[in-house]
Amino acid sequence: MSDDAAADRVAAAFADGPAFVPYLAVGDPDYESSLAYVEALAEGGADVIELGLPFSEPIAEGPTIQNAVVRALEAGMTPTRFFEFVEEVDVDVPLVCMTYYNLIYQFGSEPGPRPFVEKAAEVGLSGFVVPDLPAEEAGPLRAACDEFGLHLISIVAPTTDEARLEKLVGVSSGYLYVQARLGVTGASSSVSDQTGESLARLSGVALPKAVGFGISSGEQAATIVEAGADGIIVGSALVDIVADGHERGASTESVAERLETKARELKQGAVDGYGRRTPTPEGTSD
Amino acid sequence: MSSERERSDPTEGEQWVSAGDGKFGRYGGQYVPEALMPAIQELTDAYERYVLNNEDGFMDEFRRRIRDFGGRPTPLQRADRLSERYDTEVYLKREDLLHGGAHKLNNALGQVLLAKYMGKERIIAETGAGQHGTATAMAAAHLGMPCEVYMGERDINRQRPNVFRMKINGSEVTPVTTGRGTLKEAISETMRDWATNVEDTHYVIGSVVGPHPFPQMVRDFQAIISEEARRQVRETAGRLPDSVVACAGGGSNTMGSFHHFVDDESVDLLAVEAGGSSLAVDEDEGVAPNSASLSTGSEGVLHGARTKLLQDHDGQIVESHSVSSGLDYAGVGPELASLVDEDRVTPVNVDDDAAIEGFHRLSQEEGIIPALETAHAFGYLHEHHEGLGDVTVINVSGRGDKDLDTAIEETAKRDVANAPDMSMFDGGLR
Ligand SMILES: Cc1ncc(COP(=O)(O)O)c(C=O)c1O
Repeated sequence: MSDDAAADRVAAAFADGPAFVPYLAVGDPDYESSLAYVEALAEGGADVIELGLPFSEPIAEGPTIQNAVVRALEAGMTPTRFFEFVEEVDVDVPLVCMTYYNLIYQFGSEPGPRPFVEKAAEVGLSGFVVPDLPAEEAGPLRAACDEFGLHLISIVAPTTDEARLEKLVGVSSGYLYVQARLGVTGASSSVSDQTGESLARLSGVALPKAVGFGISSGEQAATIVEAGADGIIVGSALVDIVADGHERGASTESVAERLETKARELKQGAVDGYGRRTPTPEGTSD
Repeated sequence: MSSERERSDPTEGEQWVSAGDGKFGRYGGQYVPEALMPAIQELTDAYERYVLNNEDGFMDEFRRRIRDFGGRPTPLQRADRLSERYDTEVYLKREDLLHGGAHKLNNALGQVLLAKYMGKERIIAETGAGQHGTATAMAAAHLGMPCEVYMGERDINRQRPNVFRMKINGSEVTPVTTGRGTLKEAISETMRDWATNVEDTHYVIGSVVGPHPFPQMVRDFQAIISEEARRQVRETAGRLPDSVVACAGGGSNTMGSFHHFVDDESVDLLAVEAGGSSLAVDEDEGVAPNSASLSTGSEGVLHGARTKLLQDHDGQIVESHSVSSGLDYAGVGPELASLVDEDRVTPVNVDDDAAIEGFHRLSQEEGIIPALETAHAFGYLHEHHEGLGDVTVINVSGRGDKDLDTAIEETAKRDVANAPDMSMFDGGLR
């Protein structure tokens, strides 16, 4: 597969209908189970999968994903194992690496992001989400992504104003990760009303907008897509299923099955939300 | 948006001082979630206006309060018995006499006051030894702001007196149970709170670490130490010192003690890190039995800045160790890292044993019970006084009341030649 093809696959995932973008921490609770879980998400209808490479200081994560990171690290997950995982996992959707900058920076024999990006391209990853890398510091990673044809997906926060949005869009490609509410990751029972506002602010941006932070049900997915999202990102609600299975000593198969069922619910919700959209006549705004 | 403010251009003849780009050589920067960036920009703006340009008389008010409420200037005291013992003039910069018992108030008062000028409604902070938490709790009470302090569970157990002090001053103390329950985890947790409540909350970071403008701004608040010490040593000793020695955790008392001496090339600047029990790092276990990130760490990105860190070859941050919780941190301020690379600051370290000896020595010979953090600087003085020249200034970063329990326990664990018989305290103080 050529590098450009890797990037095009992300565009294709958003091309017809809303994209369902699940997240799991790779290696949680162990390497083998994690392979089965990611494959189950693909079976359940994932359009892009965000694979978390665990970092010891996950400052943007809430307790659910923090605990997943601890389990994965204790089970021996490393950047090298992560790349092996990407090569081995049997799915046919684009894969994006979600991790913190220090791991990207330290990889390989020279400091800087280039060796990590080169390796990512080699194993077939399509891009990166790096929660502790604002546009101000993204230059070197953006350059390496350009060199190897990978995407750098930026997070847009509810606090992001016009000027920052422009800066951020300038270094982004693939899609925008729209943070539905302030705070850290974690499932919640209600959808933030900040989402509609955020999507309205982004209406002039050409990149697809995937909304994440707090989505845990098909109904929430529907609401968000109906409000105009091009995709939904779901992490903690899925990690909760992994954690629950791990605590109960459930079999990998049964956990994988639950993940697949949840994935179907979320994907279906997104599709339903798309169907509920009222077509707005061209040119009307405000 | 609340960050939109009108900034009047500097009037003619006046020079507008800018905060710069927050880079110290290859270190520094702003590696934080996007949600925090607008707040960090707003803070940078406020730092420029109020701290660097004294808008609305901010710095005048800070100086008045740090004098009247804080007790500045602190003395520069000649240590007669240490001077005799080491055959060199030893001067002590007595930050232990500052209100709260440590240099931490300089920064905490500065930042809480700044938060007030910025119209923030809530203060959060993290703390290791509890000194920064205590200083922030005091400053918040003094200025009438609600305050929540995150503290690792392990540190809560090591530093109970400070936990009480924070609560008595009206702050909430929230235990952090992740990881080893020390400063590193507390900082991560405070950043999570900030990312959730960024619109009305100011994070009073406790040292010269974190994203720009914190390292520079905290240094500016702490630089009052060297501003005074430089003037005082010239008055008392009639000359500049040959060396300035300070302990380094994150590096705020170090940078504060060094700042006004950095251009004095004849003055050696020594940052004393915690050597713990050994300088080795066990990568497989993910622990370093020390917190000597300047001496043994490597470049990386943690808690908002590029700096020197204790990490494994993959870039996972390893757990640090020190007998003193205020030094127990895997990172260090980016400016200090840069000054080390430029050979302007010399990183040195002493181990837990030498620190405990230093603790007892200063207590017995000078009647000053130092914080275990500070005791590292005296451990260094004892082992290396020959290399320090004729006049040395040592920063007494804090007093040791908070450490009495730990000192009893740690003294009992080892063979400390200069320790008094403490067996009557075998059950601790409680
Ligand atoms: C008395 C004292 N000295 C030193 C330190 C270390 O911090 P820094 O290196 O920022 O001065 C602390 C931290 O809590 C402290 O309480």
